[in-house]
Parts: sequence; C-alpha cells; structure tokens
Amino acid sequence: MKIRSGRTKSNLRKDGRSSKRWGFVTPLVFILPNFLGFSIFFLFPVFFSLYMSFTKWGILTAPKFIGVNNYLKLLFDDKLFWISLKNTFYYTALSIPLSVVVSIILALLMNYKLRLTNFYRSCFLIPYVTSMVAVALLWLYLYNYEFGLMNHLFKLIGLPPQEWLISSRLAMPSIAMMSVWKSMGFGMILYLAALQGIPEIYYEAAEIDGASFWSKLWHITIPLLNPTTFFYVIISVIGSFQVFEQVQIMTDGGPGNATTVYNYYLYNNAFEWFKMGYAAAMSYILFGILFILTILQKKLFSRGWMGY
Amino acid sequence: MKRGRKKVNIIIKTVFHILLLIGAVTALLPFIWMVKTSLGTQAEALTFPPRLIPTTLIWRNYQKLWVDYGFSRFLLNTLFRATTITLVSTFACAMAAYAFSRLRWRGRDMLFLAYLGTMMIPYQVMLIPRYIIIRDFGWVDTFRALIIPSLFGGAFGTFLLRQFFLGIPSELDDAAMIDGCSKFGIFCRIILPLVKPAMVTLALFSFIGQWNDYIWPLIVTNSDRTKVLTIALSNFVTHHLVFWSELMAGSVISVIPIIIVALWLQRYFVRGIALSGLKA
Repeated sequence: MKIRSGRTKSNLRKDGRSSKRWGFVTPLVFILPNFLGFSIFFLFPVFFSLYMSFTKWGILTAPKFIGVNNYLKLLFDDKLFWISLKNTFYYTALSIPLSVVVSIILALLMNYKLRLTNFYRSCFLIPYVTSMVAVALLWLYLYNYEFGLMNHLFKLIGLPPQEWLISSRLAMPSIAMMSVWKSMGFGMILYLAALQGIPEIYYEAAEIDGASFWSKLWHITIPLLNPTTFFYVIISVIGSFQVFEQVQIMTDGGPGNATTVYNYYLYNNAFEWFKMGYAAAMSYILFGILFILTILQKKLFSRGWMGY
Repeated sequence: MKRGRKKVNIIIKTVFHILLLIGAVTALLPFIWMVKTSLGTQAEALTFPPRLIPTTLIWRNYQKLWVDYGFSRFLLNTLFRATTITLVSTFACAMAAYAFSRLRWRGRDMLFLAYLGTMMIPYQVMLIPRYIIIRDFGWVDTFRALIIPSLFGGAFGTFLLRQFFLGIPSELDDAAMIDGCSKFGIFCRIILPLVKPAMVTLALFSFIGQWNDYIWPLIVTNSDRTKVLTIALSNFVTHHLVFWSELMAGSVISVIPIIIVALWLQRYFVRGIALSGLKA
C-alpha cells in the first residue's frame, strides 16, 4: 500500500502510526500571509515601541537615546499622567459594577423562557454594534443642556435639568452611563450563555431543601457565574483603558481635566504634541498596569470573594 | 394547586416582559431620536421642548450629505476597507490556524507562544510604531495604510480558529491522506467546511471592528479621498456650531449597514460572545 506523501518522509513509529514529519514548505505556505502581517505589524512594533520608550523622538527630529528618562518623568514629574490614571480608574469604578449588575439582571430575565427573546436580544445588540463615534455624537446631543432629550425627560418627571458633560462633577459619570448603555447587549449575551450552562439539578436539589428565590439566586446562581464575571471584568478593565472616542468627541478631556483618561492623554502625547518616545513609555506603563491588574483579579476571584 | 402555580407564572412572566420592554426602550429610544432628528430641520433639532414627530419629513439632510458632503464616497471607502480586510484576514488566519494545529514543524509551538504573548499586549503599544512604519513607507493618506496592517490578520483570529481546528478529529485527515489528498486539499475540502461557523463569527467581528474603527484612520488619513465614515462624522463637531440634523443623518448612514449585518447574522454573534466567555 503506497501512501502518496509528496515531500514527506514517513517513518513508522513504535506504535505503528506514521509520524508526519513534513518539510518546511507546506507549513510555510500556509502560515506565510498571517505570519508576515503578524511579524511586521504586531511583533516588530512591540519591540520597537520598547526601544522608542527609551528615546526622545519628535516628528521631524531624529530619535535621541535618553534611557529611562521618559519613565521617570511620567512617574515623578507629570501631574497629568496621574490625573489621567485617576480618571480612568474612576471611569472603571463607575461603569463596571453597574455593567455587571445590569447584565446579570437582563440575562436572568431573558433566561426565563419568555417568548420574543430574539426581539429583545436584537434591541440590546443594536447599541453594542454601533460605532462608539456615532454613539458619542448621539449622546452629545442627548446630553445637551438646552435641548437634549435627557433634560427633557428629567423635566417631564419633575427633576431639574442637569449640566451633564459641562459639569466637572457629572462629566465622567455621564460618559460612564453611556458606556453601560452601549455594552448592555454584550454582557447580557455572555451571562445568558453561562446561565444556560448551569445544570437544573442544582436548583432542583435546593428546592427540595426548601430554598427561596433569593436564596437560590445568591447561593447558587451568582457563585456559579463567578468565572463569567471574572472574564467580563477583565475584558471591561482592558476596555476602560482604551476609552478614546468618547472623550475626544464629547469633552476634549474637559471640563478642566475631568475626563482626560489615560488613552486620551497617550494619544495627545503621540500625535498632537509629537512626543512619541514619551507616549511609547506611557504605552508600556499601560501594559504593566494591565498585567498587574489581571494577576490581582485572578487572585481575587480564585479565592472566591463570596467565600465559596 | 396547579392552577395557582400557573397564575403566579403568568404574573412573573408579565413582570419580566415589562422589565425587558423598559430595557428595550432604553436601548432603542436614542436611536429613534437619532432618526427623528435626521428627518427634521436644524431649527427643530434646537427647539425645546422637542416635538415627537418633525413637522415635515425632509430628506434634504440625507441629500446634502450624500451629494454635497461626499458621504457616498466615505461609505464606499469604509465598505471597501472593511470588506477587503475581513475577507483576506479570515482566510489568512484560517491557513495559519491550520498550520498551527494540523501540521508539525520546527518552532511551531514557540511561535505560537509568541502569538499568545502579543495578544496580552494593549494595542497602544503597537500603535505608534505602526504609524512610523506607514510614514516611512510613504503610505500616509493612502488606502494601503488603511488596509495593509490588518490585511493578513493578527494573533487573535489565528488563535481563535486554531482552537476550533483542534476540535476536529485527526482521523479525518488520515482518511483523506490515505485517499491521496494533499495537505492543501485536506484544508480546502475537509477542514474549511467544518469550521465555517467559526470563520463566519470571526469575519463578523472583524467586519464590525474595521467599520467602526476610529483611531487608526484618524492617525493615517487626512483627506477626503480616503476618509471613512467614523472620521467624517467626527468632522461635524466643531467647538461652536453643530448641525445636529445633518449629523444625525450622517450617523444613520453609518450605522444602518452594520445594524443590518449584525441582526442578520445575529446567531453568529451570540455564538461568538458566548463561546469566548465559556472558554474562559
């Protein structure tokens, strides 16, 4: 029995299966396009960025090696760096817990075997797939103090009109609320899938023991959703450090510096003020921050914050 | 006893429906407002309290955007960019995923580790060098700059598809090989049809991501010739006067195609999100 094998050597291994030792050509052909794109636009930039972070590099000037000066300046001599970091964490604290709660509630509602689930799901998906630019512009209009829908609705129910994006106190919460609105669909689908994976047996056993609705929710459902929450929180934290369009379009980082988030400050450094080495250092600090946060979250969730 | 249970059930279902309806209205009302404003005049957009329905439905805004402002061009650019990247990158990732999962070669696992590693790195790290590459190639403000960096896919698509490929039993490969099929033939005739759902999911996310992309076009383009919808929209905002009615019309133009695609391929969306969460 001859096996047509092209460029291969087929040796019979001890267990009788032929070992597939292919030459370089076939894998090379398959991997080449993706690898080419990957190495030029992903792998190479990672290292080049590291190099850049140790230089002073303007748009027209040649790069000048300055060691760790960028990092030192960022950490010890740049107020706006720390402000942007604080703002980003503030945004995270505002948006993530709310997102998680809303998503879980929506998923629980959808899980109840109602009809029209497709319709509801479509409704919640629409804000999610819309570009952040369009959403930001839309909400810029909705949040307008004089003629925006939000203040109109507030007046309808008897509340005073708010300054929303013009107030340094409310600007960041406004942006956070918009983000929660936009990502409801994603979280809902995520938690719904997780809910559908919880075996019925757990609930049945609890009912036999006389568990109430709340007790089932608190002691079975929520702890079993922990891995999903962990995943969602990590994704959201990474996402909150990528906030850009909202700030650029709605507030320009203001009022004052109230909404200057990390990514916005980074972009300005790189492409408005052309301090590209400085911005590269910011990007590596960002990498470090996300890395640490991920590890922290892993520790937090594995210990079981519910005590289970 | 049973009838009482049924009654409680109905009450619960009604309450849940109401809650979900409130949620749906919250999700949709801004969009309804967007469409309503786009069909009215600028003056109506500024009035307070706002009317629910504009006095006359005018298409003037859309006409202006399409013809005068060049939105037809911007739509074309965005479509061209998203479609090209999606088609090519999905196949490039599939081929690479095949090589990583089905073929054995020296350095395979080490290279894959590199892929995994870069997936953990935030995009900002790669953003600035990418710009420098584009600038040094002289590609600023060209379609090449918009398309080529993402054209062959990155680590994520390959990683995702590789997971799927690994789930296909290798006996299929062996059977095909005995029948004299080449590696490429196995790829085309056996593997690809089996991973079609995964590829559609990847393509869907890819398309939406490219269509909605803002930062990269912002950095590498600056003329109307290469402008995409997201940038065109942001141009409406100046620090003083915003033409809301026209802006909303532009938003509608940029948003409707994606909504249509996403709702049509909804189940792939759901599968994609659900699987990513479950695997975690």
